This record gives sequence, structure tokens and C-alpha cells, in this order.
Amino acid sequence: MSSTQLSSRTTAADPERGAAGPAAPRLRAGTRKAKRRAQWIAWAFLAPVVVYLLVFYAYPLLRNLELSFRDYTVAAFVSGNAQWVGFANYIEVIQSPTFAPALWNTAVFTVVSIIFQFTIGLALAVFFYRHFPLSGTLRALFLVPWLLPLLVSASTWSWMLNSDSGVVNSFLEAVGLPAINWLTSPQWSLIAVLIANIWIGIPFNLVILYSGLQNIPGDVYEAASIDGANGWQRFWRITFPLLRPVSAITILLGLVYTLKVFDIIWIMTRGGPGTASTTFAIWAYQQGFGSTLPAFSPAAAVGNLLIIIAFVFGLIYIRVQRRMDIS
Amino acid sequence: MSARRSWWRIVVGVLLTAVMLFPVYWMINVSLTQTADMRKDPPNLFPIDATFEGYQQVFSDQLPFLGTSLIIGLGTVILTVVLSAPAAYSLAKLRPKGGGTLNFILLIAQMIPAVIMAMGFYAIYLNLGLLDSVPGLILADSTIAVPFGVLIFTAFMSGIPNELLQAATIDGAGHWRTFRSVVMPVSRNSIVTVSLFAFLWAWSDFIFANSLDGGGALQPITMGIYRYIGNNNQQWNAIMATAVVASIPAAILLVVAQKYVAAGVTAGAVKD
Repeated sequence: MSSTQLSSRTTAADPERGAAGPAAPRLRAGTRKAKRRAQWIAWAFLAPVVVYLLVFYAYPLLRNLELSFRDYTVAAFVSGNAQWVGFANYIEVIQSPTFAPALWNTAVFTVVSIIFQFTIGLALAVFFYRHFPLSGTLRALFLVPWLLPLLVSASTWSWMLNSDSGVVNSFLEAVGLPAINWLTSPQWSLIAVLIANIWIGIPFNLVILYSGLQNIPGDVYEAASIDGANGWQRFWRITFPLLRPVSAITILLGLVYTLKVFDIIWIMTRGGPGTASTTFAIWAYQQGFGSTLPAFSPAAAVGNLLIIIAFVFGLIYIRVQRRMDIS
Repeated sequence: MSARRSWWRIVVGVLLTAVMLFPVYWMINVSLTQTADMRKDPPNLFPIDATFEGYQQVFSDQLPFLGTSLIIGLGTVILTVVLSAPAAYSLAKLRPKGGGTLNFILLIAQMIPAVIMAMGFYAIYLNLGLLDSVPGLILADSTIAVPFGVLIFTAFMSGIPNELLQAATIDGAGHWRTFRSVVMPVSRNSIVTVSLFAFLWAWSDFIFANSLDGGGALQPITMGIYRYIGNNNQQWNAIMATAVVASIPAAILLVVAQKYVAAGVTAGAVKD
């Protein structure tokens, strides 16, 4: 068995090893060639995705980076000679009067969304933790908002929040409150898109936190009950601490997803009125595609700033997840 | 005692679900409302005077959009599975050097905002002449699903017992044969999960459609709704009827494949 053609074939043909189960692969002289061959095969299976990632992820990103350092107009796209301007687009973007409100709106939209999505999701997960008749069906129905096309949810919310004919205002009037111009007044439009976004994000939080709860061993609760802990104590002393790793993952993924939100805001308010609900994602899109005179280069600059923010949280997410895998 | 407690839970559970699903109910209710009652204040809470005018309009205006979305969805599914399943087999079973780095890149790839991808694609498609085309949209939509597909398939295929693959090798199958005749059939569940999500994402996509297919002859259903909103602001019954029709794939998915959906949500975020 010293000279072999394919390491996996010898592994399989060796009855002793097969009986021993998943034994650690032993290093043997003479298998180096076989190993190299195995690597070639492994990468042959990976090749399509690697090519795909290069062409459809790396290249658009590079193109985007290039856009942000040159002065591109539609004419320059066609002729292909846009001028290199260095960081001028970034400086223009940061000095723009839209920058401060967009940054503020992005922060508020993300943080408020996550606080509500997470709190409501966790409360529902705890509620559904005890099985009762219908609980499976109801939990499935809770997924609906997350599965609907965002455009569908956004247009439904637009009509529900319509100032004159929306059902929300007619509820408010029925209980004696004044009607609100949800989508057209500067102080309410960000809240309006927040409500819709929180509604969409609850199912995701519910599902992940629910599966996290399932992984907490039941005997911990039994022990606590024997020691006389009540429901409130059980939640704060057991559920909450043991759920911390899953919570961290949920919140970080929520951050990354919420920074990307585009459809809901675009359909409901287009970022308006003025800049009242403009986030970075909306601002970038407005500049690139929102008008008949597209400003691709500043748009790309805004987009790249957004990527940097998303990556920071993304890297934290990966670190947290790695640490969870090790422990 | 315990029976009474579970009654209490059922009532609260049903109430919470009703509140959560109210917008969905409202979408259906508005889709059945007469045009004349649309601006009634307060609005009809129940479709007492139900009409199908909205749906008639959907079938006269929106069928081409629905067909395009179907083609784009299926194209995205095929592309996603073909690309991600072999890669996942390699990552799960063939231990490629640098596989960890690739996994890392795939995680990062999922975090890139679609707005940025849309601009990059626009710049590329403008030169390639792929703007306003169905293949262009299939390619763009697949970028949402491919990284997810690789991660789901890898998680699943890692669980396939090595003995099974070794048995195939003893019978003389090469890696490609093993992959096609053993790994793929065994991975049926994960193929269903990945396909469902790929289809749903492609079907729901709006940002790529609006930026890369703004003036095409064949546009997906999301653009159909978007145009409705832009053009005839008054006919919300038709808009909501289109929205209901556009939600059908999500509804089917939930009824047929609920366990796959929950599996997909969880696997995307937390590795077991």
C-alpha cells in the first residue's frame, strides 16, 4: 500500500480504516503526488464559483471604486475617458448639505429598527417557547411579512399610512387623535419607514432567537424551578445570559441588513420630504439613478462609505461567530 | 390548570398574529374594494361590497410582467444551484487549501449593499449591452443567492457520512460521478431550500430591476407594481391586487415548505 494513485481510493479500499471510522488522515510518503491531485480536483469543483465571484463581485466593486475616483458622466461612460480626480468626489460628498442628515438618518434608522425588532422578536420567541395548540401554525404565519416581496409590503404600508384615506389615520381619528401626515411631513416620514421596516424585520429575529432558545438545555430551567425562581427571574438569570451569543449574532446581522435597506424607503418616501428620510443607501441611489442627470461618481463615493460601515460590523459579526464556534 | 393556561396562550397568540398580519389582510381587503369606495372615510373594514375589477386589470395588464418574473426566478435558481452545489461539495468534503478564505469571502460578499452592486453592474452592462435584458437581470439577481447557496450546501454536505462517499469510490466512481449520483440526490432537502430562497429573492428583487431594466421590453412584476404606483395613483385596488398576485409564490412557499424556510433563515445566520 505504499504507492497509491488516489489517497481517497486507498482509504476506501483499506478495510481496517473503514472499520475504524473517521480516523485522522495519516501523512505518508509517496502520497504527496496524490495529495496534489486531490487539491486539483477540489479546486476544479470550486472553479466556477471563484470565477463567478471575480467577475460578478470583485469586478463590479472595483468598477465602483474606479467610478468614485474619476469624474464619470453618461457621456464619459460611452467615450471611456473620464478624468481622474482623486478624492474630490469624497470631499464633495462629505461637504454636501445632505451628508449630515443622511448620516444621522442612517444611524437612527438602523439603531431604532434593531432595538424594536430585537425586543419584539425576543418577547415573541419567549412567548412561543412553550408549545401550545396552534403554536406551530401561528409561528409560521409570523414569517409572512418577511417572505413578502419588499415592494409589496412597502406599497401596502404606503396606502395604510396615506394621509387622507389611510386606515391608520382613520384608527387614530376613531380614538380621538389627530391625523398624521405620515409620509409627507418632515418630522414623521422617518418614523413611517421605521414602522414598516420594524414590521418586516420581526420574523427574522423571532426565528433565530426561537432556535436559540431551543438550544438552552431544559434541565437548567428545572433546576431553577426547584430553587424557587419565578418566571421573571428565570428570564433575566437564565434565558438572557445563555442567549447572549445568539443575540449578538442576531443584532450584528440586523445591523448589516438594515444598513442595506433600500426598497422600503424608496417606495414609501423616496427619502423625502427633502432629506427627512434619506439614508446613505437612498442618497447613493438618488444620485446614481434618481434623476435624468445621473451623478455616478459621487453616488459611488457614498456607496463606498456605506460599504466601509457595513464591513466594520461584518467583521465584528465574523469574529463573534468564530468565537462561538470555538467555545 | 394547565389546560386553562394553554387557552390563555392560544388567545394571546391568535391576537398577536392578527395584529402582525393586519397589513396583509388590509392588502387583500383593498384589492377587493370598489374604486368608488377607495377614498371613503372611514374605509370599509371588511370587503362587504367585494369586486374583482382590480384582479381583472391585473390579468389584462400584468401577465407579461408575471411571466418575465417567472423566467428570471427559474433562471436564477438554476444558475445558483449549478454554481454553488459543486463548490460546496469541495468545501465540505475535499478540503481545498484556502477553503477557509473562500468561506470568509462568501460571508463578506453577503454584506455588500445591493445599491453598490447595482451601480457596478450598471457601469459594466452599459458597455456590454446587457442593460434591459433578462439574462442581465438573472446574473445580477443570482449575486444575492449564490453566497447563501454555498453556505447552506456546505453546512448540509458536511453532514453526509464519509462512508457513503467511500462506498461510491469503491464501486469505481470518480469525484464527478460521486457528486452527481450520490451527493446531489442525498442533498435533496438543501437543494429545495436554496432553490426556494433563490426564486423568492429573484422574484422580489426591485433594485436591480429598477436600475438595470428600467426601460426594457420584458420587465419583472416588481416593475409592474412600481409603474402602477407611478402612473395611476387612484386605482389602489388594482395596485393591491397586483401585490396580492405577486405574493403568491411567498404563500406557496410557506404552505409547502415551511420547515425549509425556517431552516434557511436559521442556517444563514447560526451554524449548528
